[in-house]
Amino acid sequence: MSAESTHVAMTLSDHLPILQILVPLVSAPLIVLIGSRRLTWSLAFIASVLSFGIAILLLMQVIDGSIISYQIGGWAPPLGIEYRVDATNAFVLLLVTGISTLVLPYARESVKSEIPAKHHTLFYAAFMLCLTGLLGVTITGDAFNVFVFLEISSLSTYVLIAQGSYRDKRALTAAYDYLIMGTIGATFFVIGLGMLYMATGTLNMADLADRIADQGSNRTVRAAFAFIVVGMGLKIAIYPLHLWLPRAYTFAPSAVTVFLAATATKVAIYVLLRFTFSVFQPSFMFEVNTLEFIILPFAILAMFAASFIAIFQNDFKRMLAYSSIAQIGYMLLGISLLTETGLTAAIAHLFNHGITKATLFMGVGILALRSGGSFYNRIQGMGKSMPWTSAAIVIGGLSLIGVPGTAGFISKWVLVEATIEKGWWPLSVLIVLSSLLAVIYVWRVIEVLYLKTPLAGTDYREAPFSMLIPMWIMALACIYFGLATDVTLTASRAAAQGLLAGSAGMM
Amino acid sequence: MGFELTQEYILGHLNYWLFSVLMMTGLYIVVAKGNLVKKIVGLNIFQTSVFMLYISMGKVTDGTAPIFPLDMDVDPDVIYSNPLPHVLILTAIVVGVATTALGLALIVRIQDEFNTIEEDDILKIERAIVQTENAIHGDAMGGRA
Amino acid sequence: MRHHLILRVITKLLVGAIMLFAFYVQFHGDFSPGGGFQAGVIMAVAFILYGLVFSLHNVQQVFPPWLVHKLVALGVLIYAGTGIVSLFLGYSFLDYGAFTPDHPSHGQHYGIFAVELGVGITVTAVMVAIYYAFAGRPPRLSDEEW
Repeated sequence: MSAESTHVAMTLSDHLPILQILVPLVSAPLIVLIGSRRLTWSLAFIASVLSFGIAILLLMQVIDGSIISYQIGGWAPPLGIEYRVDATNAFVLLLVTGISTLVLPYARESVKSEIPAKHHTLFYAAFMLCLTGLLGVTITGDAFNVFVFLEISSLSTYVLIAQGSYRDKRALTAAYDYLIMGTIGATFFVIGLGMLYMATGTLNMADLADRIADQGSNRTVRAAFAFIVVGMGLKIAIYPLHLWLPRAYTFAPSAVTVFLAATATKVAIYVLLRFTFSVFQPSFMFEVNTLEFIILPFAILAMFAASFIAIFQNDFKRMLAYSSIAQIGYMLLGISLLTETGLTAAIAHLFNHGITKATLFMGVGILALRSGGSFYNRIQGMGKSMPWTSAAIVIGGLSLIGVPGTAGFISKWVLVEATIEKGWWPLSVLIVLSSLLAVIYVWRVIEVLYLKTPLAGTDYREAPFSMLIPMWIMALACIYFGLATDVTLTASRAAAQGLLAGSAGMM
Repeated sequence: MGFELTQEYILGHLNYWLFSVLMMTGLYIVVAKGNLVKKIVGLNIFQTSVFMLYISMGKVTDGTAPIFPLDMDVDPDVIYSNPLPHVLILTAIVVGVATTALGLALIVRIQDEFNTIEEDDILKIERAIVQTENAIHGDAMGGRA
Repeated sequence: MRHHLILRVITKLLVGAIMLFAFYVQFHGDFSPGGGFQAGVIMAVAFILYGLVFSLHNVQQVFPPWLVHKLVALGVLIYAGTGIVSLFLGYSFLDYGAFTPDHPSHGQHYGIFAVELGVGITVTAVMVAIYYAFAGRPPRLSDEEW
């Protein structure tokens, strides 16, 4: 509580960090309260567009390396909860709000065909709550607040995934498995936080960083680190903890899969980044060992094993889910290098993979909308009847492989640069090899879409514009960010520098 | 090893021992039991162990409830227990309740669709679905789900 | 109506006492264990007890499902609204000092009262909604088959 007797009134731009959370948070109960089916989608879309605008304003303010700190309730940190925005946060905020703004127009038609009309109001309310949770995880500077928002987003995610049960009842067991695993992960995170609180007496992330640095490495802090890494690992879907992801992505409604694939794991990776670099600094030897000897082998395993499994899938959506696990492996590889270039590569790949997977899952959703399924032999030959959709899928696929000129190439290039710079050139060979595996499974898709004869009675109309336009915006973004590389790379580099500066970056 | 297994060591860390026992019990139930409702129960036990960890860490020896008297006549010698872990646990309890409610709702729907809530039976049904899918879609592509 | 006579009589006596206790817990969160969540659950217990003993149909006439769902949203909006009011008054979000600028510490009472009210309303409605959702399902065995 500010003890000053004169109070300076705050302006709207001061309140931007809290408005980023408030706008989607308030829209959810408003949607339920108003309850009119016609206004529901519009309310959600307006809230999402406003959030996107706020994220852009925030990014513009912090791109030069400054930090915005907002005190909730007027209580100064470390006593109070604060929202801290720096370059890393703002980048992730932009990604999440951008994806949400593009998914909502897409979702209009997709949701109409997959979910009964009477559930639409609650569906969009849950969607806005999920958005709130993801944004809250990203923007907060208090460790327990991360848990609270993480659970808000996770609970809404379980509900959203279970909505796929109207098409395929396995969505229910997929949501249940994700619930069990996700709750265990979040509870491990809380145990880790409890141990940190026991050791340091504070929950504010900047303060934690200082106190851990003072204390050095004792058993409590190491145990806390282990619990936090494993807990977030379940949410990120690191290789041995990834079992919930393929089924959750395959059986969820198409719009939900687009949103989750592009944002949920990315936000969890952001939390891992924040804890690994800002709270437990890289000088923490235990951390270096963990990253080098545990995360790195699992990342490489993910890259190869998941790509192999993806090749043998006969369902397009499931193949993309396994490919997501492989791409997460790339990001973890970049993080475990612990250099600035490696971190830049990981953050750039976070963004580029987000837009790539958004394009591809949007494409799959359109194909499923028309053909009723996403199995390869249901969608064969649709390249001729739906040229625009298939072209966007091809662009997304090329970006997934990492063809020069697309967004995926940039992040993989910087990743290879980082491994060579560190002197671990066998890793660069592995990265290239696993990209070749991606060529195989992307080529399968292209072959099915263009080179197979269409089934009888599958002369479909092209997708509706409300679905086509968001997908093409994403596809063009893949190309744009592949050619105009400065935008992503500058932002990623600023973020990486901020993270590596450790506590100095947060203070 | 850095410590001796004395009685003082065990009794002094009693809350941590209990926390570990409850946590492992809860995790074991989640993993080992096949009935979906029992898994939710195991999850609850696991979460309860975390609550115990936090609340026991908040107790200060000889501490009393951290509430000032109404007339604000604060005695500087009084020791108060730490209220922060209690606040954190209230939040965590609410999250646990919401998770349980959601899990049970999912189980009710699973019961409607699959007619069983035993994990083994559900796996059998899903495997049958996958096999029919492979028969229709898989052979055509030479792949499997 | 001679079945379960004891249950019916005791329930009629208890429902009022439970609701009174819920209000007590709600408003004494400053001075004793209590607050919005606990009070909300106790208030919901009153409705659920009535529903268990007197049938779901009866309790839904008292507390209709559409009202329950609206109250869920309303409580959240009350909480967020308290914070937004302090935004409009020029202070940080949820800065209770905004309500009494002269004595910032008095504003704490009003602010916490308002947010706990929101929490209590939402929790009551959520618990009753969960009960309605589970109890409202068509039973797998009819009453005669029991």
